[in-house]
Amino acid sequence: MTILQAVFILISLITLGGGLFTVTAKNLFHAALGLILSLAGVACMFGLLEASFLAGAQVLIYIGAIAILIIFAVMLTRGVMGAYPRTNDQWSYAIVVSLALLAVLIVTLFRFNWPPGAPAAVPADSIGLLGRSLVDPALYALPFEIASVLLVAALIGSIYVARDKR
Amino acid sequence: MNVINDPFTWVAGLLINWLSTFMPPDAVNVTMAVVRAAFLAIFALVMFMVMTWIERKGVARIQNRIGPNLAGPWGLLQPLADGVKALTKEDITPDHADRLVYNIAPILSAVAALIVFAAIPFGPGLIGADMNIGIFYILAVSGMGVLAILLAGWSSNNKYALLGGFRVVAQLVSYEVPHVLSIVAPVMLAGSLSLVTIVEKQPVWFVLVLPASAVIVMLSGMAEIGRSPFDLLDAESEIIAGHHIEYSGMKFALFFLAEYVHAFAVSCIVTALFLGGWRGPDIAGVTVPWLWFFVKAILVFNVMVWARGTLPRLRIDQLMAFNWKFLVPLSLANLIVVAVADRVAQGLELTAGSWPWALVMLTFNTAMIVVAMALVGAAGRRTRMVREAPVEPEVEPHEEAERGLAHGPEPAPTAAGAH
Repeated sequence: MTILQAVFILISLITLGGGLFTVTAKNLFHAALGLILSLAGVACMFGLLEASFLAGAQVLIYIGAIAILIIFAVMLTRGVMGAYPRTNDQWSYAIVVSLALLAVLIVTLFRFNWPPGAPAAVPADSIGLLGRSLVDPALYALPFEIASVLLVAALIGSIYVARDKR
Repeated sequence: MNVINDPFTWVAGLLINWLSTFMPPDAVNVTMAVVRAAFLAIFALVMFMVMTWIERKGVARIQNRIGPNLAGPWGLLQPLADGVKALTKEDITPDHADRLVYNIAPILSAVAALIVFAAIPFGPGLIGADMNIGIFYILAVSGMGVLAILLAGWSSNNKYALLGGFRVVAQLVSYEVPHVLSIVAPVMLAGSLSLVTIVEKQPVWFVLVLPASAVIVMLSGMAEIGRSPFDLLDAESEIIAGHHIEYSGMKFALFFLAEYVHAFAVSCIVTALFLGGWRGPDIAGVTVPWLWFFVKAILVFNVMVWARGTLPRLRIDQLMAFNWKFLVPLSLANLIVVAVADRVAQGLELTAGSWPWALVMLTFNTAMIVVAMALVGAAGRRTRMVREAPVEPEVEPHEEAERGLAHGPEPAPTAAGAH
């Protein structure tokens, strides 16, 4: 076992442990912290794969924005200091949905055509490549713009919802 | 290798030579990485002491006091005395506080401030890790400081701490927008996210090329670390210190440390992005890049001390209005203007980094600042005119309320009644 493999196993354990803690924690706030640990583990995984930009984006967006939003929402709910029941009457539907998702993931993993042999080298200027592919009409310009339109729609929608009704 | 040019690399070279005598090359690399990380962390902690001393002396002189003057020459040992005092204080955990989160928060806060230093270039080759995402990494990890403050605010089980936590989210997340938008401008001109490349692309300092970006990054940087006049996170007179109200002794010292280390980090970032980083003239024929970097960073920090000593604290609505109605539109306009100006300079076939190029960029920037100031001035004048205009008796009360006049200094009794 090389050092890289040992680091990989350690990060995987942290990620999975964080995820497990998220769904088993009695306190909603602790569950949010477990989620952050799990997301940080994913960021480390990107770093391990030499995808530094993705690692940075993971930290900036998931920990710096989404996790803070979740914690903010948790802080605004009442009685979060103590334990409370973790399930409500929707747990049966939740089981069906999560099992279906698991099945899809497993099938995808087995059908995926894993490249044999050593991994390809990471291009030196991966950020420039990423940036150019995002604005290249032949590659990802359209999905990129659609995501932007979606964000603008969400912004306008939230302003409409939060607006003073006179 | 010259001892004066770059003493740190010189010492590192000696250390590598000595380690190589009994270690395989891989182990030497790993050891050197650990040594570098430890050195950066200790350096940041030492700078924390220097920063507190500069701030206390600076603010004292602004207020016509002497400041710390008993511990050591010029009070230089005052930070050590403070440290000992913090260590000997009783460690208090409030009733019903979430112990785990309560203890993690100050550590996370200090860590978020310290790991920023990994990507700051103190000189050519003098950097913890030359990542190709340099400034992006700094923005990403400093967001964790917000998280730490939120955790502290929630876990203290104190309503003032919780209010402080809410303010943090409102202020810090809002000011992140102009901060990032303005950092994009120097990144655009340098064509790289790496701070090393950005410094290398500054034969003309970017503060002369992009003055608007420099000012916005400085202001929003000060707001991000919650320094006065943006220190609403720990406003003593309103929410009595906010998130760290319940912390005592060394845990409070960790928050204090995070604040000052972060302030120094912001000074370093402004230095690297806009003040040419380690660039500077030779002193008596010797190049001393590391010295220039420190001199500039300390000068930037002194500007923050100056602001703290002279400006009163903003109100929360003023803070938000300043950000969303002035800084964000200005930084968006700045982005477009910089892109257009760079194209124009390319059309005139000027080399990037030359003085004529800088002049073109500066002209565009100045025009933008003048227009922005004129717009703000006109809006302010309009508000003032409306507020000071005599209330006309023939105007119907409901019309007046619609025009927003009911809150003027002399509201007509009918208008107040209609509200």
